[in-house]
Formats: sequence, C-alpha cells, structure tokens
Amino acid sequence: MMNSRTVNKIWTGIFYVVAIFIVLLLGFLVFEILKRGWGFWDLSFLTGKSSNVEAGGGIGYQLWNSFYMLIITLIISVPLGLGAGIYLAEYAKPGKFLNFIRLCIDTMASLPSIVVGLFGLLVFVTATGWGYTIIGGALAITILNLPSLARVSESAILDVPGSVKEASLGVGATRWQTIVKITLPSAMPQIITGVILAAGRIFGEAAALIYTAGLMTPILNPAADLSNPVNPFNIFRPAETLAVHIWKLNSEGIVPDAQAIATKSAAVLIIMVLIFNLLARLFSTLLQKHFEGSKGKKKKSHAAA
Amino acid sequence: MKGHKSINYWKSEYIGRTLVTLCGIVIVLTTLAIIAFIAGKGIQSFTVSGISLWEMISSTNWSPNDGHYGALIFIAGSTLVSVGAVLVSAPIAVALAIFMNYISPKFGEKVLRPVLELLVGIPSVVYGLLGVTILVPFLRDSFGGVGFSLMAGIIVLSVMILPTIATLASDALRGVPPQLLEASYGLGSTRWQAISRVVIPAAKKGVMTGIVLGLARAFGEALAVQMVIGNTIKLPEALTSPTATLTGILTMDMSNTLNGTAWNNALWSLALILLVISFLFILIIRFIGNRGGTK
Repeated sequence: MMNSRTVNKIWTGIFYVVAIFIVLLLGFLVFEILKRGWGFWDLSFLTGKSSNVEAGGGIGYQLWNSFYMLIITLIISVPLGLGAGIYLAEYAKPGKFLNFIRLCIDTMASLPSIVVGLFGLLVFVTATGWGYTIIGGALAITILNLPSLARVSESAILDVPGSVKEASLGVGATRWQTIVKITLPSAMPQIITGVILAAGRIFGEAAALIYTAGLMTPILNPAADLSNPVNPFNIFRPAETLAVHIWKLNSEGIVPDAQAIATKSAAVLIIMVLIFNLLARLFSTLLQKHFEGSKGKKKKSHAAA
Repeated sequence: MKGHKSINYWKSEYIGRTLVTLCGIVIVLTTLAIIAFIAGKGIQSFTVSGISLWEMISSTNWSPNDGHYGALIFIAGSTLVSVGAVLVSAPIAVALAIFMNYISPKFGEKVLRPVLELLVGIPSVVYGLLGVTILVPFLRDSFGGVGFSLMAGIIVLSVMILPTIATLASDALRGVPPQLLEASYGLGSTRWQAISRVVIPAAKKGVMTGIVLGLARAFGEALAVQMVIGNTIKLPEALTSPTATLTGILTMDMSNTLNGTAWNNALWSLALILLVISFLFILIIRFIGNRGGTK
C-alpha cells in the first residue's frame, strides 16, 4: 500500500515537471526570438525596401504582401468555409454523400502544405497562365484553411440550442431565414474566434506560397494602374510574404545581415501571432460572458415566478 | 397572392440552400482535383519517362544527372524523422493531457491550454529559424559534426506536433466517464493506478488518433525540417548525421528543374508518394475510429 502511494507521488511529480517544462519551453522560445530580433519595431526596418546585396534592408514590401494576402485569402475562404459549415450542420442528410464529404474534408485537412503548393503551381500558376500571383497564393492557402473553417462553423452552429431554432421555425420562418437571422448571430462569436486563429495560420504560412506567390516582389508604385504588376493592390502580381522571406534569407540569402533580418522578421511574425491569439481569446471570453449573462437572467425570472 | 408567397419562399430558402450546398461540393471537387492533378503528373515518370516504380521506392541511388531516381533515402528520411518526433512527443503530450484533466485542471485551463495554442500558432519557418540559430549550434557543440542532423529535425518536429497530440489526447481523456475513475478510487486505487489502468485504456482510441494525426503532420511538414536536417542525400548512419526528406527535396528542387524532364517528373512522383502516405494516415485514423465505434 505504501509502495503504490509512493509511486503515485512520483508520477504526480513527473506530471508537474512535464507541465512546467512545456511552459518554460514556450517562454524560452518566445524570449529567444524577441531577444535575437530586438529592434524589430524600427520604422525604417518595418517599412524599408529589402536589398539583395547590401546590408540594412527592410521588410516593408513583405509585410504589406502578408497583410494583403491575408485579406484576400479571408475574403475567399470565410464565405466558403461558413457555407460548407452551414451545409454540414443544417442541410446535409446522413448517408453516403455526407460520409464522402467528411472524408474529403479530412483528406484536405491532412494535405502537406507543400503538396497544396505544388497543386497551386500546376493549376493557379501554369494552367491559368497567371504565373506567380497573390491570387494563386491566396487560393492555395484557402485550400489549407477551408477544412478547419468548415469544421469551426459547423460546430458553432450545432452548439446553438435546438429550442431557439425550433421557436423560429415554429413561427413560420423558413430554414434559411432561421439560419441567417437566428442561428448565425448566436454562433458568430465562436466563428470569429475560429477565423482569427485561421488568420494567424495564414499569416505564417510559407511552404504553400513558395511555388504559388513566388519569391519576388516587383518594385511597387501605388500611382500605377491597377492592372499594372507594380500596383500594390494588383492581385495578379508576384508577392513574397514575410514568412517566405525568412525562408529565402535562410536558404539563399546573400545579404551580409541576412541572419539579423530573418530573426527580426521572425520577431514580427511572433508578435502578430500573439496579437491574433489574444484577439481570439478576447472573443471567446466575450462569448462566455454572453452566455453566462443570459443564464443569470433566466435564474432571476425563475425566482420572480 | 399565393404565387407571390411561393416566390418569396423560393428566394428565402432555395437560394441559400443551393449556395451552401455548392460550398460543400466545392470542397469535394477541390479534393478530387488535387488528387487527380498530382496523380496525373506523378505517374508521368513511370508512363512517359520510363522510370521503374520499384526502382524509385527501393533504390537509394538518387542521381538525376545519370538517370537514377531511387527515392528510398527521402522516404526513409521522412519516416525516421516523423516517427522519431512522435516517439519524443507522444509521451510528453499524453502526460500534459493527464495533467490538464486530472492533476491540476485549473492550471491546465489557465496556462497550459493557451501555451499549447501559442505553440500551434508559431509559424513553421520560425521553428526552422529557431532550429538553425539555437538548436543546430547547440548540437554541433555537444555532439560534434555539422549540427544539421536527423536529431535536429526530430527535436524541432516534436515541439511542432506536441499541441496536436496533447489537445486530442486531452479531449479523449475528458470523454472518459467520471464513474470509471470513481469506481477505481472506490476499489482503493491511487490516482496513478486509476489513471494508468482505467482512464488511459478507456481513452486509447482518442489518444491513438492524436498520435497518428501528429505523425501525419510531422510527415508533411516541409520548411522547418528542411532548414535543420542538412539535406544531404545519404541514409543517416546515426542520429547526428544529416539526411533528406521528401518534403525537403520537393521544396528545394522543383524550381530548379524544367517541366517535362524526367527529373521534374520524378519530383512529381515524390509529391504523389507524399499524397498517398497522407491519405493512408487518414484511413488509419478512420479505422481506429470505426473499430471503437461499433462496441
């Protein structure tokens, strides 16, 4: 008896050590990135042009490309993911086809990002004749994030209490009206949390972009015509994002300060990921407050009755 | 009046239903298109360039300039690095899952869950860069050699897949009915006995799913591994020797080769191999799920 108690204590100790180790590991990683990339907030670095040969280049173009790519990707992937989620939660009937859709979503979710990038190279770069473009890159990362967006939307919609939907259907609303006016607003906080987390992943994605959006950015000129590849808003121009830039600097960077630029860029990426995570967390606490609030009201009305 | 109503109904129901159904169909078509395009391109090295499939998966001789396309080194490299990462990561992840559910749920919810979410959020190039700037020099100083090695790849990947396995294992543990734990306590077992003999076996299915998913993620990861593994086209002799992976060679060589050449076709075959293996992982996960579901 004594023996098994000692064993129990030893294992409890081991679990504590592992848990603390992981927390320290994350702290160490974030600390190292920020320490090595110290000074990343320098405006001339954040907005400056990168140079291929001289030291002192910035990441202005790459940062802009990352944000622009993120926005374009969200414009494409959020409606698709939301639509697929609504379909799965509300309309799909259990059976062979639903099973097949789920198999497709699982397969898509587990695709290596480099394979998606190569598919993008075949279809969005070569077959369409676009070459390396922002839209090609955005479509490739849409493929990567569609499964998780669909799943998040589906589970958010399924979490809405059935009684609320039934009340809406009961007063004569169609299924679609119920979804748009009742279900989606209640499911929205959870969906937004999922979208913000997806945004973090999109911002940091590189492997799928190397062969779709390319490793270069033309010298941009906001005054140029929108159809001109040098217009920053043209979605049919090559665009190297920040994450891709880090990889390129590491593998073929010949500028003398390649390492410094790469670590500073990594610090910027980490800060962005932290911001996305904090935003997502904020939304999910808001969601919890929202539900707790309605619970409180319910109790009060019960007491009054 | 009746006609007006039905048009309204049509507008408010069928348009929406059609649109969301189309979204579902888009997912199906995209998945099928990816498989079709990669497969169509990947079999050209066997049908057009006359490379033997058997040679590709069994030979270690990868010298495209002499017409040899043995990819065993890449397949072995990918397998070793991802299995190694799972061996390191799975025990830690399961321990974390146990900690979050049974040892200190409060600390787990307040600290560990956000920590895991952040670890997922760190982009793979940043992991690769951390590997190059911290881990590789450390390994070089500790074990000699160049530092770029199978071990470096395993360590970087094990951190990257840890949150995947831990989250799924934790969900599986949460699904274990509390009565099982209470019954075990009631029979006089300690917490560790209850966890190791009752809870873990009951959650085996979910834990296994997490592990296979982690393995799949490790197998498909490209940049982080490519940055630290050394990319030497040689079978690794030890944990400290460099090697190459399927994803790594695809990342580096695809743009160096001309479309339609045997070399280029061979690379597409490697992409097809990668696709097939990731599909196999999905089938394994489904098999695990179905086996438990029937009982």
